[in-house]
Amino acid sequence: MSDDVKQPADSADMKSDIFSKETEGLSQAQIVRKRFFQHKAAMTSLFVLLGIIFFVFSAQSISLGPVKYPGWWKYDYEQISDLRIAECSGGVVGCPSLDVFPSSIDGTPMQIGEHPFGQDDIGRDYFAMVMRGAQRSLLVMVIIGTLGAALGTVIGAIAGFFRGWVDAILMRFTDFIITVPTIVLGSVIGYHFGNLGAVFLAFFLGIFAWTGISRLVRGEFLKLRELEFVDAARVAGASTRRIIFKHILPNAVGVIIVSATLLMSGAILLETGLSYLGFGVVPPDVSLGLLISNYQDAFTVRPWLFWWPGLFIIAVALCVNFIGDGLRDAFDPRQRRGMSRKDKASLASGESK
Amino acid sequence: MSEPILKVRDFSVDFWVDGVWYPAAIKMNFDLHPGKVLAIVGESGSGKSTTALGLMDLLATNARRSGSVMVKGEEMIAAKASTLRKFRGREVAYIFQEPMTALNPVYTIGFQIVETLRNHFDVGPKVARERAIQLITLVEIPVPERAFDKYPHQLSGGQRQRAMIAQSLACDPGLLVADEPTTALDVTIQAEILDLMRGLRTKLNSAILLITHDMGVVADMADEILVMKDGNTVEHGSSEQIFHNPQHPYTKELLGAVPKLGGSAKRILPAESANAAPVLKMENVTVEYPKRGRVPAFTAVKDFSLEIFPGEIVGLVGESGSGKTTVGRAAIGLLPIKAGRLEIVGTDISHATQKELFTIRRHTGIVFQDPASSLNPRLPIGESIGEPIFLAKLAKGEELNRKVEDLLEQVELPRSYRNRFPHELSGGQRQRVGIARALALTPDLLIADEPTSALDVSVQARFLDLLLELQDKLKFACLFISHDLAVVDILSHRIAVMQDGRLVEVGDRDQILKNAKDPYTRRLIAAVPVPDPIEQKARREARLAAKGS
Repeated sequence: MSDDVKQPADSADMKSDIFSKETEGLSQAQIVRKRFFQHKAAMTSLFVLLGIIFFVFSAQSISLGPVKYPGWWKYDYEQISDLRIAECSGGVVGCPSLDVFPSSIDGTPMQIGEHPFGQDDIGRDYFAMVMRGAQRSLLVMVIIGTLGAALGTVIGAIAGFFRGWVDAILMRFTDFIITVPTIVLGSVIGYHFGNLGAVFLAFFLGIFAWTGISRLVRGEFLKLRELEFVDAARVAGASTRRIIFKHILPNAVGVIIVSATLLMSGAILLETGLSYLGFGVVPPDVSLGLLISNYQDAFTVRPWLFWWPGLFIIAVALCVNFIGDGLRDAFDPRQRRGMSRKDKASLASGESK
Repeated sequence: MSEPILKVRDFSVDFWVDGVWYPAAIKMNFDLHPGKVLAIVGESGSGKSTTALGLMDLLATNARRSGSVMVKGEEMIAAKASTLRKFRGREVAYIFQEPMTALNPVYTIGFQIVETLRNHFDVGPKVARERAIQLITLVEIPVPERAFDKYPHQLSGGQRQRAMIAQSLACDPGLLVADEPTTALDVTIQAEILDLMRGLRTKLNSAILLITHDMGVVADMADEILVMKDGNTVEHGSSEQIFHNPQHPYTKELLGAVPKLGGSAKRILPAESANAAPVLKMENVTVEYPKRGRVPAFTAVKDFSLEIFPGEIVGLVGESGSGKTTVGRAAIGLLPIKAGRLEIVGTDISHATQKELFTIRRHTGIVFQDPASSLNPRLPIGESIGEPIFLAKLAKGEELNRKVEDLLEQVELPRSYRNRFPHELSGGQRQRVGIARALALTPDLLIADEPTSALDVSVQARFLDLLLELQDKLKFACLFISHDLAVVDILSHRIAVMQDGRLVEVGDRDQILKNAKDPYTRRLIAAVPVPDPIEQKARREARLAAKGS
């Protein structure tokens, strides 16, 4: 096909260079991908997040049915070992053995040691606990994000496409859910279902997390359903189902992806908040929020019990937010006309390639 | 000869896109004297608007200007921002295409005129208000005192354009730059606005730089014409010279592509189709948009009756809001009808269910107005074209691909375009895809809803040729909806005229165009500007005389 691509049917249809450049064989998905890849903060965040996920999930044992992966870290999060006392100064116990400064700076050699993140009160390895906690938190984030996005998309799509009384009922129902504060709703859910494990908790939270997305998708559908290609599809004999899923939904995918990403970063904070309040993940399982909650009074003497889980929460939430920002910019056509700093520099110097 | 108010020498504009300078206007040279009208014409993308905006540095930040632009003897190219600000509005005023977006919707038009006045002159609010009311009176908006306190959305399209002209005239500018001032307006309103601008030119002795793609408007207004193509000046001369003795082949081509009212041969309907049963039969059809919340129900079409016979093209004309599009959509069952009877190929679909409509979909096709939104941006065009065939379960897989390629060939697009996405095609190519899709099931009835209104004249001319050729071959009946009488004139066997949801008149093409009975039809035809300065002058005088009497 590449042979006659350069020969349009009629040359007058093709305008000067600048117009043909605009139409240079890139699909919308390719344009979005290109713009996303150019977003430095989002790309960095993406790699950092992927790194964290791989690091966290490979550290502790995972079992999927009969297959059991042992994890590369020597301790399990429930395993109790001897407390480090002799190495620690000031009479505290279980201090971290991680030393990142070379001996030329502080006199001790760089090392990971036996318990890099330290130990908790009874001698459990804190690195293992943080890894396990981060696993739970990430899992909760993904489940809430996917479930919320899926429900929100379907409800918003139906409301926006059919309008009328369907829309009225669904949107009033959405309003009703929005009026109930999430933290209260989460507390009630956590209180009743928290002991079933993190997956169930995430599932029930996800059932109530779709409201924002459904409103956005509804708005998008209201806009898209008036476009002529929808009428064209109807004239072609397409069923309502086909129009919604084949014609309109792919055009709304930008809104959905962006808000789902932002929902995820909200979800990780929601889980943290709930666990902190004691309504989230229940011991002996751990989550990052639970770790912080457990050791909040240890902050002054053993601050590492607070720092490590906090660091992971901030890192994951920031990464997901930056990725969401990058996606939003990539899908937003108004971002297109900007000049890069390099372009501006050569514009100022007046030279052309 | 007097000193020119605008003197442009070697003026170029380039845009910086992805690391390369793209020229948008190249080495422009022209003078404009007070009281004269210079029209810059060209197709979209030729750089006419860029030139107009570039004069006063109103372009985006990635533009570079060079050469010389002198306004009243002062250089504008290297001027400081404060100098430019002083000249904008005071010496050079702009009128834009879309008055709804060019006026600020949260301020009254009076406020916006006063704002312009007080930016440039040291006047109190009271004096400014008086002057603003004078200006509103000058542009002939009824009851100026009340119009002063109206918001843009409370005015009609024509009145909004008048308000914008009043604002641009606030400081008696020496030069008025009008960028497609009447493109968004109906022909009768367009005629009024052009009359107004012509009157102002003689009254205030301002020079006008008119940017337009409509050769009729050019013939009506211009003293001098500058033809642009791809940023280059192709031809520059007096109005008579360009229209009657064009030198450059592009100018000839451009003028040749302009459809002329009453300029095409009579089209004779084959005898057998006149006796056949009608493909589309509408009897006293009424279409209503139902009540929504506090918005009352709106009857868009009342008592509409029309028959279309096999192989016949019927043109449906009317101004915006007259209900043309509603008729087109109702005719293929996209809108339910409230009263009356609607038959397509012998099937009554007045109260058809979705399932019954599904069967008639195979006999109908529609080409939409807007090439930008009528194709799904996420689907390759091959899939869009093949969808009706696929859904009618006539073909799939390899056979479907072959049919799609045949259809592309039929509309003169390369077969390889099958895998392209809509945004990779130009407007004209997209409309061809639209036709290919509409003809995929070889329908008996094709509805064409203003398919050419978004296209340039030369593209439009080829599109119309193609449509005629296909119609000759496939013999479908066609309802061609348009606001452009000249286009309808080329295509139709019969013409139907609509006003305010009612059918005003229907008849043979020649009968309607030359011998219209209804006064509304006559007014509509008289308002169409003809691309010939001498003939247009005669028509204008006749129209004004008819108005006066």
